[in-house]
Amino acid sequence: MIYIFDGSLTGLLTAVFEWFERKPGPTTLKVNTIFQPEAFTETVEIMSNQEKADRVWKGLQKKLKKDWQRTFYCSYLSEIPEAYDHLFQFAIYIFENEPGAAANYGNNHVIALAKYAKSVEREKHRMEAFIRFQKTGDGMFYTSIDPDFNVLPLISNHFKNRYADQQWIIYDLKRKYGLHYDLNTVEEVTINFSESATNPNPPLALMDEKEALYALLWKDYFKSANIVARKNTKLHLQHVPRRYWKYLTEKQLA
Amino acid sequence: MSDRIREKLNILADAAKYDVSCSSSGGTRKNDNKGIGDSHSSGICHTYTEDGRCVSLLKILLTNHCIYDCLFCVSRKSNDIKRAAFTVDEVVDLTMNFYRRNYIEGLFLSSGIFKNADFTMERLLLVCKKLRLEQRYNGYIHLKTIPGASEELIKEAGLYADRMSINLEMPTEAGLKLLAPEKNHADVIKPLDFIQQNIVQFAADKKLIKHVPKFVPAGQSTQMVIGATPESDKDIMYTANAFYKNFALKRVYYSGYVPISNDSRMPVLGTQPPLLRENRLYQTDWLMRFYGFKVQEILNDANPNLDVDIDPKLSWAIRNMQHFPVDINKADYKMILRIPGIGVMSAKKIVQARKFGKLRIDQLKKIGVAYNRAKHFITCADSPYQLRDYQGTQIKAFIMAESQSKYLKTDNNQLILF
Ligand code: SF4
Repeated sequence: MIYIFDGSLTGLLTAVFEWFERKPGPTTLKVNTIFQPEAFTETVEIMSNQEKADRVWKGLQKKLKKDWQRTFYCSYLSEIPEAYDHLFQFAIYIFENEPGAAANYGNNHVIALAKYAKSVEREKHRMEAFIRFQKTGDGMFYTSIDPDFNVLPLISNHFKNRYADQQWIIYDLKRKYGLHYDLNTVEEVTINFSESATNPNPPLALMDEKEALYALLWKDYFKSANIVARKNTKLHLQHVPRRYWKYLTEKQLA
Repeated sequence: MSDRIREKLNILADAAKYDVSCSSSGGTRKNDNKGIGDSHSSGICHTYTEDGRCVSLLKILLTNHCIYDCLFCVSRKSNDIKRAAFTVDEVVDLTMNFYRRNYIEGLFLSSGIFKNADFTMERLLLVCKKLRLEQRYNGYIHLKTIPGASEELIKEAGLYADRMSINLEMPTEAGLKLLAPEKNHADVIKPLDFIQQNIVQFAADKKLIKHVPKFVPAGQSTQMVIGATPESDKDIMYTANAFYKNFALKRVYYSGYVPISNDSRMPVLGTQPPLLRENRLYQTDWLMRFYGFKVQEILNDANPNLDVDIDPKLSWAIRNMQHFPVDINKADYKMILRIPGIGVMSAKKIVQARKFGKLRIDQLKKIGVAYNRAKHFITCADSPYQLRDYQGTQIKAFIMAESQSKYLKTDNNQLILF
C-alpha cells in the first residue's frame, strides 16, 4: 500500500490518522510531487485534514518528550522525500509502543529522524551564525538566504529576541517567503523581485550611508584576526563550506 | 576619518589575536529591556579565520601602548611597532554596528597597560557601562582583568561583563620569570580568586534575595602559552587542573607560541607554532572535563608528555588493557565513555538503546561509534569470537595503519616539521 500526501505537515499527520483508521498493513508514504504510479501497488491519496492532524499531533505530544517533538518537526522541515516516510513509520511505531520508545536507537526510523534533525539543526545554527544584515537607507536590516532546508520557522525566535530594537527582514529566496519583524511581531512576507531576480540584494544606492564603511571594517577585522603562521585551509573549509561564502560579508572581494 | 579608524582597527585587532579565547558561551543575559542582543548559552561562531579558528567576538585591545616588556608579547614596550588607541566611543560604536549586522556575538576587550593598571581598568569599565546602560546592549562581553587594578574597579566591571579572564601566560612560575621578570603568578591568582569569591557570594545572595544583579555569569578563564618555555605536558596540565579546581575556571586555553621575537630565550622567528601539541593538550583538557579522567591517569612521571602519534584517550586505553574489552551491553556509562572511538553522544545513545535489546555491530555503527577503532576494546551481541588477546602495542599498530593515510592528510603541515 502506498499513501500519497501533499507535502504539508497536516497531510503527513492525516496520513497517520488514516492508517490507524484502516490498518492496511505495511504502507509507504510518498509526496505527490515525486510520486510515480506503480503497477501492482494500491495507492490511496490522503486529503489533508486539520482536525485529524491535530488529534495525531496531540497523541504524539503525549507519547514524546519535548526534544523528540522537536526532532519530529525538524525532520519534517528537511523536506527530504524519504524523511516523510520515516516520519510516518516513526509515528506508527511510537503509537504502537509504550512511551519512551523514541530512545530506541537500535530502531531504523529513530536513528533516521535523529540524523535528519541533526542536519536541519545544523543548518539552522549556520543561518543564525552566517546571516549578515545590511542596513538600508530607511533603517531596515535586510538579508536574503537560500538554506538547504526550510529553517525560517526555526530561526524566527532567535532573531526576534536578539534584534528587538531594529526592524529586519530575512528572505528565503528558494522557498520564496520571508520573515519581517516590525519591532513588535514577526510576520511572513513575500516580495516580488521584478527585474533584479538574480540579485535580490538591495542596490547600494538604497543603503544606509555608513553601510559600506562597516562592511569594510568587518572585512579588515577578519583579515587582521587571522594568524598566517597557523593557516589551515582544510579546517577553515570544514567550518565554512564554500556554499555559505555568498552570505559572508568578509568573503566578498569587492 | 574612516582611514584612521581602519588603521586603528587593524593595529588593535592584530595585537589582540594571540589571545585564543573566543568563546561566547555561558552567557545568560536575556533581552528583557527591549534593547538589543541576548546571549546564546552555547555561543555562536559567526565565521572562521583562514587558520580555522572560530570568530565569535570582536576581539580588540583598547590600546597596544604598554609600560611592560613581556618578551612573548607583541605589544611589549621594547617592540618597534605602530601604536594606537581607541576612544571609548569608538569601541562602543564598532561593537554596536557589528552586532546589529549579525557579524558577532559580542566584544572581547583587552588592553596593554598604559600609565597604570587602574587607569587602564577604568577605561575598560567605561566601555562596558556605556554599552549596557546607554545602548541597552545585552550581547556578550568578555573583559580582561588588568593585573594590579583595584578591587573596587574589578568588582564593578564584574557587574557588566559576562566573562572575565586573566592570563597565566606561562605554565610555571619559572617559565614566566624567564620571559617576564616583572610578572608573577601571584598577580594573576589574586584577582582570579577575588572574582571567584564574588561569584560565589552573588550566587549565595541570589538564593536569599530576588533581585541580585548578575556577576560574571559566564565565569572566568585563563590562557597559557605553549612551547615558548620548556615545560612538559605534565607541567602544563597539572597547572591547568589546579586552576580548574581552585578557581572553578570555565576554560583554560592553550596557545601554541607563534614566534614574534628574535630573543634567544625563545623559539626563533619562523619556527612553526606547535599546533599538534596544542591539539593534544585540548584533547586532554576535554578528557578531564567531560570524560571523567583524572589528569594523573593521563600524565604522570612515567608519561610526562602526550603521545604525538595517537590521541590521549587511545593512549590511555592501550596502557590499560586490563580494563578491556568492555561489554557494550552491560558496562556502566562511565566505562563506555572511556572506550576509544566512542564519544559522549554515542555513549548516551548506547545506554538508552540497549534497554530495548542487545546491541549489534551494525547498530553501533549507525549510532555513530567509530567501530574500526572501538572494535579492539569492546564486545557486543555479535562480536566475532577472538582467538587470542592482542597486546596494546599491536592494537596501536593496527589503528595507526588504518588511519595512517587520513592522519597524513590532516596534519601534513605538522609532519613537515619533524
Ligand atoms: S603587560 Fe600585557 S600587553 Fe603589556 S607587554 Fe605584558 S603581556 Fe603584553
